[in-house]
Amino acid sequence: MTLSTFYFLVQQTMFYSIPLLIVAIGGMYSERSGVVNIALEGIMIIGAFVSIFFMNQMQSTMSGQWLLVLAMLIAAGTGMILSFFHAYASINMKANQVISGTALNLFAPAFAIFTARMLIGVQQVTFMNTYRITEVPVLSAIPILGDLLFKNTYLTTFVGFAILIVATIVLYKTRFGLRLRACGEHPQAADAAGVSVKKMRYVGVLISGALAGLGGLVLMVPVTTAFDGQVAGYGFLALAVLIFGQWRPGRILFAAFFFGLMKTISAAYTGIPILLALGIPSYMFKMTPYLATIVILTFTSKKSAAPKAAGEPYDAGKR
Amino acid sequence: MNIKKLLSNRSFKSISASVFAILFGLIIGYIILLISNPAQATRGFIIILNGGFNGGLRGVGNMLHNAMPIILTGLSVGFAFKTGLFNIGASGQFILGAFTAIYIGVKWTFIPSGYLWIVALAGAMIAGALWGAIAGILKAYRNVNEVITSIMLNYIGMYLVNFLVVSTVFDLTRNQSISPVNAYLPSGGMDILFPFSSANIGIIIAVVTAVFMYVILEKTTFGFELKAVGYNREASRYAGINEKRSIILSMMIAGALAGLGGGLLYLSNTGKHIEVVDILASEGFNGIPVALLGLSNPIGIIFSGLFVGHMNMGGFYMQRLRFVPEVIDIMIAIIIYFSALSLAFKSTIENFARKLGGRTK
Repeated sequence: MTLSTFYFLVQQTMFYSIPLLIVAIGGMYSERSGVVNIALEGIMIIGAFVSIFFMNQMQSTMSGQWLLVLAMLIAAGTGMILSFFHAYASINMKANQVISGTALNLFAPAFAIFTARMLIGVQQVTFMNTYRITEVPVLSAIPILGDLLFKNTYLTTFVGFAILIVATIVLYKTRFGLRLRACGEHPQAADAAGVSVKKMRYVGVLISGALAGLGGLVLMVPVTTAFDGQVAGYGFLALAVLIFGQWRPGRILFAAFFFGLMKTISAAYTGIPILLALGIPSYMFKMTPYLATIVILTFTSKKSAAPKAAGEPYDAGKR
Repeated sequence: MNIKKLLSNRSFKSISASVFAILFGLIIGYIILLISNPAQATRGFIIILNGGFNGGLRGVGNMLHNAMPIILTGLSVGFAFKTGLFNIGASGQFILGAFTAIYIGVKWTFIPSGYLWIVALAGAMIAGALWGAIAGILKAYRNVNEVITSIMLNYIGMYLVNFLVVSTVFDLTRNQSISPVNAYLPSGGMDILFPFSSANIGIIIAVVTAVFMYVILEKTTFGFELKAVGYNREASRYAGINEKRSIILSMMIAGALAGLGGGLLYLSNTGKHIEVVDILASEGFNGIPVALLGLSNPIGIIFSGLFVGHMNMGGFYMQRLRFVPEVIDIMIAIIIYFSALSLAFKSTIENFARKLGGRTK
């Protein structure tokens, strides 16, 4: 393998891994607080749709990194709004979290397609990609590392790493993180210690909504210029990353990169001479990420470190 | 007195919860129509309410045909729910069933054409069951979350079926599967009841299957065991139930139901083919709201399937007014959300009533 193929592979892997990382970390906040959020898929769709629609409308007057930053804020905000409905159902109403999440997953693509067709007449919302950073000044001059991380990259990649670092610190080094984890493991004990389980769970779900919404946009920007009302199961892949990552930021990073690499192989194998030479049907490559997920989970699920109270409505009277 | 009795009846409460959720969904749907096109909103809404009736008897027949696959995927999801599993993988099981039915219908012409469709449907059920079994086995023996595996199996199934269609029963010029002309379903009298519609024996098979599933779940020891494992895996094992076997069988039955749905839809002589595109079969996902709305009860699922089919036909006819049919999916999502809330609300009332009852004793 030539060096340029290797760089290409790493750069491509980033495009698929970073959104998985962001969304899986979002899911981590929610599940660590005790609420299962299978609506990540739907929230990604809504986040991507609203922010890309914003880009579509604004790109005649704005472009480049500032537009991307604004779009990222909008994506996160929209995701947070949608996740509020999941929080209300699962925390206030003690509803079945899977049903509530499923409702949001049904709602999001229908809403995106309906709104797009009503407002602009077609389902696809297009945008111009003016966000690629060809070379980061100074840093791209670093040998090897410069080529890997600081060439042909996007602002979103660095945002992803920042979210990872913040999540690690928040979860393990702050009072908030300790309380959040307590609500997911043993909410009755957290309550007895004076923590508001309701408030912590709201925060957990809303953060997951913001990150999932952001992840939707981050997934779209480098790999396409038209949003079609779907994110191809990435929200569910992020859930798999969360499980494979055992609900811990460091392992989630590793899991996200593993799946990102699998996805790169499936999407870009034609650009990798060794794989192309094998002559395997394209369907096999397309299956790879999903097949790998199942294989990996088969060997890692037996000893699951899932938060003990995840998925259960809080009942103060329960022992 | 009678009203009091009725109000405390459990199934009445459940059904009224669903009815309220539907009302909320319809109202919000109407508001969405008002926002998007105030002038036509009321006409559009009436078209939705009329559903299949917009097209007369033919429309009703088409509504039944529309309801047929989602009743079966609804039964698949609902059956899994009853046994404590979330089968979000009905889409993959459905498309594998569809492929197997088409394959048998096209290739196994040594079977007389009067019986071929029966064999093809049996094949569809077996294929669906095997696809469902994968998630069941991994859940039972390796503790893998069935939600994740079955979603992954949806994608794997889709790519696998695309590959199999291209390499076995491919119509190159149209980029889709060959028509299984020798295995088309008989009309079952539906052509007389609903002339020129797509309805055929499939809807009868779907309803009979639902009744059959009801009997299995509610009237047999086998069904009781499957449900017991769903309620409490450990307690069931303690009671001597082989809980691993139960989980696998539950997923296999759920898969067979979805596979049957795929077989029925693609053996209907309505121009439906497997197209070689990277899109998951939507019928599998539409089974989830059907199951939830029918409260996972097989008889309830017949009615919720007909209701969703009715709404879908309304969405089809409202395109005349240039409305986008996806508004129906939005309404169904809102209905599901409210039914999640109202189910929770119902159990709160029940707990409250129980506490009151305890105090007065």
